[in-house]
Amino acid sequence: MLQKEETALQLLTVTKPMFIPFIVAGDPRPDITIELALALQEAGADILELGVPYSDPLADGPIIQRAAKRALRQQMTLKKAIELVPEMRKKGVKIPIILFTYYNPVLQLGEESFFALARKNEVNGILIPDLPFEESELIRKLGEATGIPLISLVAPTSKKRIEMIASNAQGFLYCVSSLGVTGVRDTLPETLNDFLTEVKRHSRVPVVVGFGISTSEQVSMLKNYCDGVVIGSALVQKIEQLNDLLQTEEKKEEALAEFRRYARSLTAPLR
Amino acid sequence: MYNVPNENGRFGDFGGKFVPETLMRPLEEIEEELAKALADEEFKAEYVRILQEYSGRPTPLTFASNLTKKLNGAKIYLKREDLNHTGAHKINNAIGQALLAKRMGKKKIIAETGAGQHGVAAATVAAHFGMECIVFMGEEDIKRQELNVFRMKLLGAKVVPAYSGNRTLKDATNEAIRYWVQHCDDHFYMIGSVVGPHPYPKMVREFQRIIGDEAKQQFLEREGKLPDVIVACVGGGSNAIGMFYPFLEDNVTLVGVEAAGKGIDTPHHAATITKGTKGVIHGSLTYLLQDEHGQIIEPYSISAGLDYPGVGPEHAYLASIGRVRYESVTDEEAIWAFQLLSREEGIIPAIESAHALAKAVQLAKTLRSDQTVLVCLSGRGDKDVQTMMNVAKGGNGIAVANRN
Repeated sequence: MLQKEETALQLLTVTKPMFIPFIVAGDPRPDITIELALALQEAGADILELGVPYSDPLADGPIIQRAAKRALRQQMTLKKAIELVPEMRKKGVKIPIILFTYYNPVLQLGEESFFALARKNEVNGILIPDLPFEESELIRKLGEATGIPLISLVAPTSKKRIEMIASNAQGFLYCVSSLGVTGVRDTLPETLNDFLTEVKRHSRVPVVVGFGISTSEQVSMLKNYCDGVVIGSALVQKIEQLNDLLQTEEKKEEALAEFRRYARSLTAPLR
Repeated sequence: MYNVPNENGRFGDFGGKFVPETLMRPLEEIEEELAKALADEEFKAEYVRILQEYSGRPTPLTFASNLTKKLNGAKIYLKREDLNHTGAHKINNAIGQALLAKRMGKKKIIAETGAGQHGVAAATVAAHFGMECIVFMGEEDIKRQELNVFRMKLLGAKVVPAYSGNRTLKDATNEAIRYWVQHCDDHFYMIGSVVGPHPYPKMVREFQRIIGDEAKQQFLEREGKLPDVIVACVGGGSNAIGMFYPFLEDNVTLVGVEAAGKGIDTPHHAATITKGTKGVIHGSLTYLLQDEHGQIIEPYSISAGLDYPGVGPEHAYLASIGRVRYESVTDEEAIWAFQLLSREEGIIPAIESAHALAKAVQLAKTLRSDQTVLVCLSGRGDKDVQTMMNVAKGGNGIAVANRN
C-alpha cells in the first residue's frame, strides 16, 4: 500500500508557481480531451484537473455547465472519465491528474469501488466540490488507504474554518478566489492577497488559487501570493470556441496549436 | 423518542450538508441564529402574531360532509391551508424565514419556486418586511404558472428564469443555490420546502409544524380523538412534514402521496421515494430519481409543485423506518379528485393537494364510517385553472369525465 507521503501530489516540490488547468472529460469528445490534455502539458501545465460532467453542478458557472452538457451527450460517465487517465498516459501525458467530480456520481459508483478504480487507473488525486470537510471522513480515509489524496477547498467565507481545513489538507490546498461559482471574472477581490496569505500561514501543503482567473494580468498579480493558479472556465470557453475546428480532422492540429498558444499566453507570468 | 436531525443535520443516513465550501459558514450562521430564535419566546410570539394578523391563522378544519356521504366510508376532514393568505401553506415558512433573515440583518431574499406558491409567499413577505426579493423559476414553470409569475411581479419581486434541464423546480433550485454562492454575504436564501442542506429541512419543519399542531387540537375538539389516517402530498414535502410531525409518536396512520405522473411504470413521474435511490441533491442526502451513473433524471408531473426529483431527507428517513407510508397518485387520478372536491364541496384545490385527496378518497372507501381521514389541503387551485383548462381541451390526453 502506498503511504500518503509517497503519492505524486504529496511529493510536489514547488519551485515556481504551478499552472493547473481544468478541462471537462469528454468535451467536446473523449479522444479530443486527451489531445487537449497533451496540449496543456506542452503549454507548461504542472497538474491537470479533469472534470467529470454532472447534470446538476452547484459550484459551476454557465461555461462549465455547457461543457458538462456537451460531454454528457458523449455518454461520458465517472467510470469512463477515470478510464481516460491511462489512455492519456499512453499518449504521453505525464503530469499528475486530479479528478474533479461531484459527490453523487461517486456515491452511485460506490465509494470503495471508486477508489479501487481510481487507484487501478493511477488517478493522482480527487476533488469533490460539494463534499465539505464535515462530510468527508470516509472519503478521506479511503483516500489515505489508496494513496489518492482528497484536495480540500477553502473559501473567503471559511474564516474560522481555514485552520481546521488547512491543517488536514492533503496534496495541495485549493483557495476559492471569491464568492461565486466557477467562471470568468473581470476583477478579483482586493482582499484576495490577504486571504491567500492567511491560508498560507496555516497550510503545510502548497496553496493554489482558482475560480475566475482568466487573464495573464490576474495570474501576474497572484503569482507572488500562492503556489499555483487553477484556470478552468477561460480554457473551457476557448475549447467551446474551437469546438467545430477541433472536430474537423484537417483543422484539428491548427485548433490545438491555438489552444496551446492561448494557455501559454495566459500563464506566461508564471514562467 | 423521535429526535432527529442530529447535530450534523442527519435524519438517520439522510440529510447533511453537501454544498460548496463557500456556503458552509453561511449555513452555520443560519443554524446558530435558528437555535437562538427557536429558544426565544419573543421570536415565537412574533411569528404567531404575524400568522394570525397577516395570514389568517388558525386555518379551519372542514368536515367534507358531501364527499363523506358520497363515498360511504370514513369521514373526511380537510385542514384548510388553502385559506392562508397567498393561498397555500408556503406562507407559514416564508414568514418564519423572513423573521429569521431580519434577525440576521439580511435585507435581500433569494427563493426558488415550482408552482409559484413559494415564490408568491417569498415575494409577499419581502414586501411586508421591506426586503428585496429575487425568485428563480424554471422557464417551463413560468409558462405553466403565468398567474403566479404576475403576482410575484406585482408584489415587487424579480423573477429570474432558469433555462437548464427541464426548466422546472430542480433547475430553479440549482440557479438559486448558484446565485447564493455568489451573494451569500448579504442575501438570505429562503428555501421553500423541507429540502436542501442542514439546517433547512429542520428549519422548514419547525415553521410548518403549525399545520399539524393546529390540526391536532382542532381534531380533538371536533371528534374527541385523533384521526385514523392523515394524508398529505409530497413533492419536497413541507406541507406533509408540517402535518405529520406532531403526530409521529401517536397511533395514526400517516400517508405521503407522491406524483405518479403518467404512471410509475413509465419514465414520466416524480415518485421519488417509490422509485428513487439514495443520492445527493441540492445539498442533502435523500432519495432521488437518478440513473446508474448518478446523473439526475428529470421528473414529470402535471403539478409544477410536485415536479421534483428529490424529496426532503426527513421523508426519506420516515420511509426507511416505516413510520410513514408513501404511495403515489397519477395525473389522471389527481385531476379526477380536483373536480370531485370542486363539485362536491365547492372547494377548488391545488393540483398538488388533489393528489392527497385522490389517495384519501381511495382509503376512505376501505374504512368504516366511524373512522376518520384527515387531508392536508395544502393550497387552493386558482393557479391551476389554466392547467385544468388545457386538460378540459384534451391537452394532456386526459378526458375530463363527468363523474356525477
